[in-house]
Amino acid sequence: MQLTGAQALIKSLEMEQVEVIFGLPGGAILPVYDPLLDSTIRHILVRHEQGAGHAAEGYAHVTGRPGVAMVTSGPAATNIVTALADAYMDSIPLVVITGQVGTTLIGTDAFQEADTTGITMSVTKHNWLVTDASQIPTVVREAFHVATTGRPGPVLIDLPKDVSNQLMEWYWPESVDLPGYKPTLKGHPKMIQEAAKLISKALRPVLYVGGGVLRADATKELLTLAEHCGIPVVTTLMARGAFPDENPLCLGMPGMHGNYTAVTSMQKSDLLITLGARFDDRVTGNVAGFAPYAKVIHVDIDPAELGKIRNPDVPIVGDLKLVIPELTKEIKKLKVDIKAQLEPWIAELATWREKFPLTYQQDPSGRPLKPQYVIERLRQMAPPDTIVVSGVGQHQMWASQFWKFNHPNTWVNSGGLGTMGFAVPAALGAKVGRPDKVVWAIDGDGCFQMTAQELVTATAERIPIKVAILNNAYLGMVRQWQEMFYDQRYSEVYLSPDLPDYVKWAEAMGCVGIRVDSADEVQVAIEKANSINDRPVVIDFRTDTWEKVFPMVPAGKTNDEIVIGPQEMENK
Amino acid sequence: MTFSASVVPMGGNGANGAAKHHVLSVLVENKSGVLARIAQLFSRRGYNIYSLSVAPTEDDRFSRVTIVVDVESAPLEQITKQLHKLINVLKISEINASQAVEYELLLGSISTSSESRSEIIELVRIFDGKIVDVGFDKLTVMLAGSPKTLDDFEALLAMYPIVEIQRTGRVALQKLDRSAPTRARSKSGKAS
Ligand SMILES: Cc1ncc(C[n+]2csc(CCOP(=O)(O)OP(=O)(O)O)c2C)c(N)n1
Ligand SMILES: [Mg+2]
Repeated sequence: MQLTGAQALIKSLEMEQVEVIFGLPGGAILPVYDPLLDSTIRHILVRHEQGAGHAAEGYAHVTGRPGVAMVTSGPAATNIVTALADAYMDSIPLVVITGQVGTTLIGTDAFQEADTTGITMSVTKHNWLVTDASQIPTVVREAFHVATTGRPGPVLIDLPKDVSNQLMEWYWPESVDLPGYKPTLKGHPKMIQEAAKLISKALRPVLYVGGGVLRADATKELLTLAEHCGIPVVTTLMARGAFPDENPLCLGMPGMHGNYTAVTSMQKSDLLITLGARFDDRVTGNVAGFAPYAKVIHVDIDPAELGKIRNPDVPIVGDLKLVIPELTKEIKKLKVDIKAQLEPWIAELATWREKFPLTYQQDPSGRPLKPQYVIERLRQMAPPDTIVVSGVGQHQMWASQFWKFNHPNTWVNSGGLGTMGFAVPAALGAKVGRPDKVVWAIDGDGCFQMTAQELVTATAERIPIKVAILNNAYLGMVRQWQEMFYDQRYSEVYLSPDLPDYVKWAEAMGCVGIRVDSADEVQVAIEKANSINDRPVVIDFRTDTWEKVFPMVPAGKTNDEIVIGPQEMENK
Repeated sequence: MTFSASVVPMGGNGANGAAKHHVLSVLVENKSGVLARIAQLFSRRGYNIYSLSVAPTEDDRFSRVTIVVDVESAPLEQITKQLHKLINVLKISEINASQAVEYELLLGSISTSSESRSEIIELVRIFDGKIVDVGFDKLTVMLAGSPKTLDDFEALLAMYPIVEIQRTGRVALQKLDRSAPTRARSKSGKAS
């Protein structure tokens, strides 16, 4: 059967069971948009290519399947670079297809030519420039394989226009042949035994859980391990939901804005059992002073993570889905009553939790409206498995702190890259992936302005997401740093609460817009938002400008220097 | 120097640099862009390349990249692990100088006078080099040898007016195991 390259591409995507593509056409990708009309694959026309990338990420976050985006050459390819970098940092499987100028024009500075494979080399797991239509099925097969196996990540296929038009004889490769790519899945049995021994002897162990547990779909295995041993768990920003917050062993989020108990448990720990986490500087603070008494077991599917920041005592390369049960098995063999052994540790953690809970104070007058209050009310009024998507800034930290995540893959955020503008398009993609679930984007006013146009997409495609803007009229996180570390010299952080008018803007994009100025109005507004399911809703919550995120480990300080709240800040 | 292919600093400082330099022999798929991926990885992660040489192997599906890395810029283990993450990288061997055959090539043009001409020819002969080009008042000499030999040769040549010296950077292979059939053979046998 003879197909054009374009037809072969669409057919290959169908073979990979792609159900949706987020994209926007243009000259170099035009040939591919034609056979798309005859395909069962749904296409969602975004309003900016960055949005296509983040939507594909949101989709991948909640479904565990690779997100697919397709855009044209040059400026479209550069527009999607941010999303690629974001997915690369957070190990999100994406397959991005870009159009390219014809092969004979490559290198001539042709119209809308960009060196896409060159530009994206450092933000993709791998990329391909297709030079002959006969390569298309092989490349697509390889691309999905690389994106989804081992440590997942984004990949890119650059497809020149003449290759799309070229005829090829259709085939589908039986298997992939990548001699240089063989992820290690099974952990080394000796190392797993060593790890089990350390765990059986530890008196202050902590399970340091990262996003890898979600990527490996190993949350059940983690629960079994933690409950069998009674070891407390911290879930990093990328791992919120990987272990249920309601479980008594869950200490919550560690790191720069982690709660006191989570942060301090690691500082005092004698054994960090690190699962799919990577000792990010936002978790460790000053590395030299991080968890000084702890031995480290480090399990990761990416060997390069072991020893990159902290040398593990027991390194284990492997897939958490396989390694965690093996580890549990080895621990059981040792027949040590670990739970009994950990009683004093658990008791100590309990006193910290009681003494240093996350707090805020909503004034009974209802004003100023506290952002944390908004998040708590949103949570109380939402179904338990609601998907929460956030932007980047103070609102993100409050969302992570004050939401209770009890289900895997219900928290979608930009952790590693910290990409403002992530929330709206990622929420859209998440809702496409899980139309059965309620999706709330908790966004900042600054972030919202970066990608709000994707609400037009949401309306047009009938994707009823809900957006809560925590409108503090500032680039709040930056304002907080200027307040705390730059003598309150506020430089270029003011945004204004009502420019733009978010309600009118929402309405102009076909959404329902609601404004909330005080705590008394919160309930009614959320009830209204919850009752709307035929279009997106945006609530403009006018929140307290001066609220700061606490606790905080100031940049460059060790986690022992954690600042618990504003009072303590004033005493310093 | 963050990255520079086939650039070897002049002046024969190879000897003192020996400790901080390690040789990696990297077998890669012979696909376009592979060198760019390696170069890009080194520059993005802040690793320093001291010298680098690439050429196809006996099996034209693969190339061998010999990289002399500066391990003061990053631990060797991180460098090899990150290199391994490149999809086109098949195999990385760290080549320990004592268990390797290492060669490098030097070309040098030297201005000569009537007295120095024969001295230079003698020097080249002692080192087992070659005169590869002869001009009216210049000679171009060639020497292949271990990097250390080249350093010595270069130091002696420096007594004369050097017009230009170019070194290739080293290539290396693991020494053969004398007790068993050659590993290199069976490897390429499997590949073809
Ligand atoms: C694309 C991008 N530009 C700049 C930043 C730096 N930055 C981090 S948080 C922040 C402020 C975000 O403001 P807003 O969305 O209003 O959230 P808030 O902190 O007020 O909750 C900025 C500018 C970033 N993370 N991403
Ligand atoms: Mg703000």
